[in-house]
Amino acid sequence: MTPDPYLFIVIFAGVALMFPLLPLGLAWMWRRFFQPPKPGAQKNAIYECGVESVGEAQIQFRSQYYLYAIIFLIFDVEAVFLVPFAVAFSGLPLGAFIAILVFLLLLIEGLVWAWGKGCLNWGPTRTGT
Amino acid sequence: MSEGQIDEGLRAELQRQGIWVTSMQELYNWGRKNSIWPLQFGLACCAIEMIAAAASRYDIARFGGEVFRPSPRQADLMIVAGTVTKKMAPQIVRLYNQMPDPKYVISMGACAISGGPFKQGYNVLKGIDRYIPVDVYIPGCPPRPEALLHAFMELQRKIDSQKLSGENKAEFLKPEQPSEFPVPEFGEHDLNPPANPKTYRPPKLERA
Repeated sequence: MTPDPYLFIVIFAGVALMFPLLPLGLAWMWRRFFQPPKPGAQKNAIYECGVESVGEAQIQFRSQYYLYAIIFLIFDVEAVFLVPFAVAFSGLPLGAFIAILVFLLLLIEGLVWAWGKGCLNWGPTRTGT
Repeated sequence: MSEGQIDEGLRAELQRQGIWVTSMQELYNWGRKNSIWPLQFGLACCAIEMIAAAASRYDIARFGGEVFRPSPRQADLMIVAGTVTKKMAPQIVRLYNQMPDPKYVISMGACAISGGPFKQGYNVLKGIDRYIPVDVYIPGCPPRPEALLHAFMELQRKIDSQKLSGENKAEFLKPEQPSEFPVPEFGEHDLNPPANPKTYRPPKLERA
């Protein structure tokens, strides 16, 4: 007689449930019967590499940095393409040269567009929408 | 194992027959001593020796201590590796306070023990044991990785001998034993207080 095929799923579910619950339960029992709890102001404080934390953790960040990071990332990737381009420059056919120029121009156009949008301004006033 | 629970001869005989008898305390200490996770930080040149001990040539993983944790919440052991400046001492004590019990401290090198060659310096703490209890001291300037491994084994021996119950059970199991120690503050000329009198027991000089 073959066992029910769904039986294995039940076994798997049981093991998956017991695997995290058993250590947690053991740790709870250990704390309950052996280890006296010793909470404290510093022990429960926010970990800041040993330095006392200042202010609230939930503060608002300016989203301006995000734009900077994205633009940097694009030109960072561009540099990866520029290095093999420079190495193989003397032996390049004309088509490849034009292709890389188009790539560069597209990126420069994007930079000009971002500049015009005011993404490079790091101030409280925002120009453009 | 607490005394009188099982005869040692019977235990050896059972082991020969393939039956392994143990106690809660032995199992607990065995697990603990073979997975001591140190807190990942270094202060000065001793830290380089600590790094060498963690790397493949000396391989602290043989003793279960390779998991250097970047957070004190997960660490069992604090290796004070190097010169503790007075600027750094409050951070060290605060990190120690943020570690969960049971926690151990290895004072590595002459500087962490007593200030070492910089003992006369105005900015150097003359031993980390002025603020936190130290379990193992390693002399040397800097101690070689073997010395750190030796200290590690000494600590394992200490953990193995700690008792879970009874009158002389381990310190961290006693509710009255503090888990936090006061963090010194920057005073006008020195740290305030210069030492914690509850933990610091300076050696007494006796002239014969």
